[in-house]
Amino acid sequence: MLPAPTPAPPAAPTANPAEAVLTIANVSLAFGENHVLQDFSLTLLRGENIVVMGKSGAGKSVLIKCVIGLLQTDSGTITVLGQDVAALDHNGLDRLRTKLGFLFQSNALYDSMTVRDNLLFPLRRQWLTHTPAQEAELVKQALEDVGLADTAAKMPAELSGGMRKRIALARTLILRPEIILYDEPTTGLDPITGREIDHLIREVQKKYNTSALIISHDLACVRLTADRVALLSEGRCYAEDTYAGMQANADPQVHDFFV
Amino acid sequence: MSVSSILAETGTVTRFAGRVFREGFRPRFEVQELLYQCYVIGYQSLPLVGLTGFIMGLVLTLRLRPTMVQFGADSWIPVMVGMTIIQEMGPIITGLMVAGKVGSNIGAELSSMRVTEQIDAMSVSGTNPFKYLVVTRVLAATLMVPVLTVLSDAIGLFAAYVGINTNGVTTVALFTNQIVARLTFGDVLPAVIKTFFFGFAIGLIGCYKGYYADKGTEGVGRAANSAVVAGSLAVFLLDLLAVLISSLLGLY
Ligand SMILES: Nc1ncnc2c1ncn2[C@@H]1O[C@H](COP(=O)(O)OP(=O)(O)OP(=O)(O)O)[C@@H](O)[C@H]1O
Ligand SMILES: [Mg+2]
Repeated sequence: MLPAPTPAPPAAPTANPAEAVLTIANVSLAFGENHVLQDFSLTLLRGENIVVMGKSGAGKSVLIKCVIGLLQTDSGTITVLGQDVAALDHNGLDRLRTKLGFLFQSNALYDSMTVRDNLLFPLRRQWLTHTPAQEAELVKQALEDVGLADTAAKMPAELSGGMRKRIALARTLILRPEIILYDEPTTGLDPITGREIDHLIREVQKKYNTSALIISHDLACVRLTADRVALLSEGRCYAEDTYAGMQANADPQVHDFFV
Repeated sequence: MSVSSILAETGTVTRFAGRVFREGFRPRFEVQELLYQCYVIGYQSLPLVGLTGFIMGLVLTLRLRPTMVQFGADSWIPVMVGMTIIQEMGPIITGLMVAGKVGSNIGAELSSMRVTEQIDAMSVSGTNPFKYLVVTRVLAATLMVPVLTVLSDAIGLFAAYVGINTNGVTTVALFTNQIVARLTFGDVLPAVIKTFFFGFAIGLIGCYKGYYADKGTEGVGRAANSAVVAGSLAVFLLDLLAVLISSLLGLY
């Protein structure tokens, strides 16, 4: 009789460059009869950008809302930076969220506040405290990162769609998140502005060494920003590969996304 | 709207109120936003409430005057007008004006924040949106409607004095004396207490309609509209309840 296989050595702790920062394991979620996610699994490594593609209504937004705890999963676990999201209490979740950035599909800028106050809002609401000078510096830095240094006093309604997207990104960046979740960052923008946003995403990744889960079906965006691509279909992670690998995939479901 | 759906809605609003109390007593307290909402709800409604209060006092006096003079009871005008304003007209008119202005504002504001995911954005930024948006607004409305009512009463009484004095020679001192001499604590206190409930109901209903608005832009309009309708109705129902309770307690 063969001896029982020895268990694999435990994964090396944090300093490992291939450390997983986000693990989505067998997650399912249904709204009534609408089974949006069924046994979805995906792992995001430190410093990596993964683009999640999928049809409209496939559940992409739902997926990242589960990651940040805006929606509760029915089953499965989501581990973010070593913490099980479902097991966290209110304060724990708030603390974890300081390390997570979320770019809403609709930007979700606060209409009633100026751009500056929009950026200050997450800063002031967190457990960290800053002096006014530090706050001003962080706002200036965040606005410069997105190339809109002179808009601090404007209201969101005065900005164009692309500018609002950048301000939303600046608001996400101001807390220096370790992981950023982008929900369709380029949808609804012209190709040129879209490419600018793509480059911004790459710059942010390099400059702050962030990992990102990006939702997109804009092929140019996928090509420019993705280290890996995952296809969400029928609630599952249907396929997962590099951009080139996905492009070469003959499976009709995958192929249809890359034409 | 069927009876059962009204009952079901009353149930959910009650649970919503329970949540306001539960979350309202737990830190952290959003003091800054509360003060700002007091400013928005109280201060910014003042011109409207003051104007309606003035018109109410004046119209009431001018209407009443010929009849009272006919019966030789002109000396009763101040106390009659005073009682009417303090006990009913002031609270009701203020309640309705605030339900119209503030209720629709809150309903539209929160529902558009819901629709455009601003409420989710607050959660993500480490803020409890229920505390930040709902508790502060309900509390501010509860505190400000009584203040507005007292101010509206005062302006209404001043207008009544103006109305009496158009062709008379009543002094301010006499006018005030005539009212104060006849008013008892039992006349005034219930009238003030009920306005706290008016404010609470207006804030609560506005927030409820806005916070749980349907997706889409028509949801915003619906939330604002139903906040006004339900808020105004609540003011009347609470007023009826206040009268019933006061008379049961023998306060009148
Ligand atoms: N809060 C909710 N309650 C009920 N059903 C929901 C909710 N949120 C999303 N859904 C449903 O889940 C499904 C997936 O929605 P989701 O927003 O994730 O799609 P998506 O993949 O992001 O699409 P799009 O590319 O159009 O943004 C849809 O059928 C939607 O109706
Ligand atoms: Mg979506």
